[in-house]
Amino acid sequence: MAETHKTGTPSSFTVGGRAYTFTDHTFDVVVVGAGGAGLRAVVGASEAGLRTACITKVFPTRSHTVAAQGGISAALGNMGEDDWRWHMYDTVKGSDWLGDQDAIEYLCKNAPAAVYELEHWGVPFSRTEAGKIYQRPFGGMTTNYGEGRAQRTCAAADRTGHAILHTLYGQSLRYSAEFFIEYFAIDLIMEEGICRGVVALSMEDGTLHRFRAQKTVLATGGYGRAYFSCTSAHTCTGDGNAMVLRAGLPLQDMEFVQFHPTGIYGAGCLITEGSRGEGGYLTNSEGERFMERYAPSAKDLASRDVVSRAMTMEIREGRGVGKAKDHIYLHLDHLDPKILAERLPGISESAKIFAGVDVTREPIPVLPTVHYNMGGIPTNYYGEVLTKVNGDPDQVVPGLLAIGEAACVSVHGANRLGSNSLIDLVVFGRAAGARCAETVERGARLPDLPRDAGVNSLERLDHFRHAAGGTPVAELRLDMQRTMQNNCAVFRTGEVLEEGHQLIHKVWSGTDDVRVTDRSLIWNTDLVEALEYDNLIVQAVVTMDSAVNRQESRGAHAREDFPDRDDKDWMKHTLAFVDTNSRTVSIDYRPVHTYTMSNEIEYIAPKARVY
Amino acid sequence: MVQLTLPKNSKMTEGKVWPKPAGATKLKEYRIYRWDPEDDSNPRIDTYFVDLDDCGPMVLDGLIWIKNKIDPTLTFRRSCREGICGSCAMNIDGMNTLACTKGMDEVKGAVKIYPLPHMAVVKDLVPDLTTFYAQHRSIEPWLHTSTPAPETEWKQSREDREKLDGLYECILCACCTTSCPSYWWNGDRYLGPATLLQAYRWLIDSRDEATGDRLDNLEDPFRLYRCHTIMNCAQTCPKGLNPAKAIAEIKKMMVERRV
Repeated sequence: MAETHKTGTPSSFTVGGRAYTFTDHTFDVVVVGAGGAGLRAVVGASEAGLRTACITKVFPTRSHTVAAQGGISAALGNMGEDDWRWHMYDTVKGSDWLGDQDAIEYLCKNAPAAVYELEHWGVPFSRTEAGKIYQRPFGGMTTNYGEGRAQRTCAAADRTGHAILHTLYGQSLRYSAEFFIEYFAIDLIMEEGICRGVVALSMEDGTLHRFRAQKTVLATGGYGRAYFSCTSAHTCTGDGNAMVLRAGLPLQDMEFVQFHPTGIYGAGCLITEGSRGEGGYLTNSEGERFMERYAPSAKDLASRDVVSRAMTMEIREGRGVGKAKDHIYLHLDHLDPKILAERLPGISESAKIFAGVDVTREPIPVLPTVHYNMGGIPTNYYGEVLTKVNGDPDQVVPGLLAIGEAACVSVHGANRLGSNSLIDLVVFGRAAGARCAETVERGARLPDLPRDAGVNSLERLDHFRHAAGGTPVAELRLDMQRTMQNNCAVFRTGEVLEEGHQLIHKVWSGTDDVRVTDRSLIWNTDLVEALEYDNLIVQAVVTMDSAVNRQESRGAHAREDFPDRDDKDWMKHTLAFVDTNSRTVSIDYRPVHTYTMSNEIEYIAPKARVY
Repeated sequence: MVQLTLPKNSKMTEGKVWPKPAGATKLKEYRIYRWDPEDDSNPRIDTYFVDLDDCGPMVLDGLIWIKNKIDPTLTFRRSCREGICGSCAMNIDGMNTLACTKGMDEVKGAVKIYPLPHMAVVKDLVPDLTTFYAQHRSIEPWLHTSTPAPETEWKQSREDREKLDGLYECILCACCTTSCPSYWWNGDRYLGPATLLQAYRWLIDSRDEATGDRLDNLEDPFRLYRCHTIMNCAQTCPKGLNPAKAIAEIKKMMVERRV
């Protein structure tokens, strides 16, 4: 059966009566994902001389970082006085005090250097008259601990993510990193609690690959596609999150799902918050600028959770626009067309294509749309993955790091501020690269993999490849997406969540009946979509179950039956573990870090969150 | 006398006509190139009917609808669905473009879809872009500087920054390169419009200090000079960019440095 491999680990296995063979690779560091965080880590690790591989299911510049629009936050002070401490205050407040303040300090303090580095690498930032990086106002970003309005978000027109991703890709080509493009990662190789690498399927030829590494870095992004309507790309399926769950490790704060206030009604495509930063505003059916009622001070530039709730309230109370009175208008038509052309050209084009709207003349129909996952793989600010063992909430999982949207450091807590995600990618991508450089022995001989390394991946692959049930993948996926959209949305109640819990577990059980039609090996997207669905459904389940469990309102998690934040009982991170055999979820907690990293700033004590 | 023959198995055949969805009243016909590398058959054109009442307005929406509802084996790349990632570039209605930003209503009659022209096909609408990416890599698409970096940003005037507009927006979808007859003929040695547009993006960046080296690298009868201003690239670019103009600017820079 198993033929002996030169490392002592068999490379061929028979699964489901079919023979499968692995191609083996050995690297110092393997990064899974080639978005902003993944590429930044690849640059860091390969620049340090580590043998680095990057496995990615799409060509790097297709990763979803490319779609980020408005900008990247850093207290450069190019438009007026600024201070990283103010940025930190805003981020803590934005997080509704669920963020870990040591990590937030690390983020905000390192942000300027990370942005200058991007600029030195060639990012085509927009410029001020003085030739410095242009910075625009963004939601929740203030000066002087909430007093004034900050201009902190560095922008390349409204294509900042595209500009950064393409630049990072170019930079990653300078060193000797090896790219495995259109390779779909299936599962981690774990041995006694240590991550030893990852298994991936090459879509081009259907071959299977085992990557052995001292460090595996997950940079696999969010799972927006668990919902029916999202700004996220089709490929945002949180594959790394699901691999972590299957490895018996927890995901953290999964109940916190950000709805972006301005997704295009119908299509769901993103219209940047930068459009409100440049002076745009929202109106209801009475033409009223209703945000003035909900956030008298910040108005249209309040935090995203606040704006999304206000819009939902307006629609609920019958003041939505359109035939069905089910959306809201975003006005840019009062802005100078020259400014629109210079600073918001991308969304002007998107509004034309996807809403048929000329932004210089008409408002854009918009709706709160799933956009970002604050939750993810718990890590410290070095990017090292954490789990809770025997009551120790900060137990490092050796060999495994996670960064970017996949990770929950946690700098965003219960609600992320706009433009804090791009900075999260590069600051923690950089931190992970540096951590690898510090802790990895260059070119070290690695111990043999366990004898059954990768068999779990083969079983999963074989199961789906030959799945002959009665329900196509697309049908299961739609059931999941509808359930999440209906039962785990902007406002939540115990009753609706409880129903959602029943429904989403029913979808999960229904996976037994999955049917995959394409039996081929080369570019079998039916199979890949099945694996992606299987990744999504576990995340959907832990999202719903974590939401049922949290009996308070905090940030993006708004419970109508528990309308207040409850710091006494709930200022803690949710940890969700999954048993995939019994299809059960168990919940545990980690304390929020109520301390900072250094004495350069004091702990910011919780208070009421008013904008 | 020279006899030109098509490679074996390249002749297109009429494929399957899939049944119309039951009860649908508004239908759009799709005629799609199919080729499976794992069987011996020739490429074929399959015909599908999309129920417009159950489907979004874009060509990509139709493809996804077909994959979800009719034929899960239909294979194509897609990701962002908003025209920024460049995954779903294909030949639609005779023109290279992105399926996600092309409205079905822009196509009269059946929507005819082929993979990007003149590239090796991996499967159905998935072309092999390995050479395209290698060519992009060959121009060293990163900022080259020798002056020590400042502590903050490199200063760049608004005028200098403006020179990057119309260049940096390229999404590497390969629509232009694969529409270029000169690239079809000399794709192994001619860099093609997308790569040359990228090359010019770095040449014209006021922060870059390797103009001479970059031009040396392009000074070649094939890499640059196979552009014969056919202009298909500018015609087809789904982002409204003009690679031909960028190429002309590079040629001008070549001349200017000689005088």
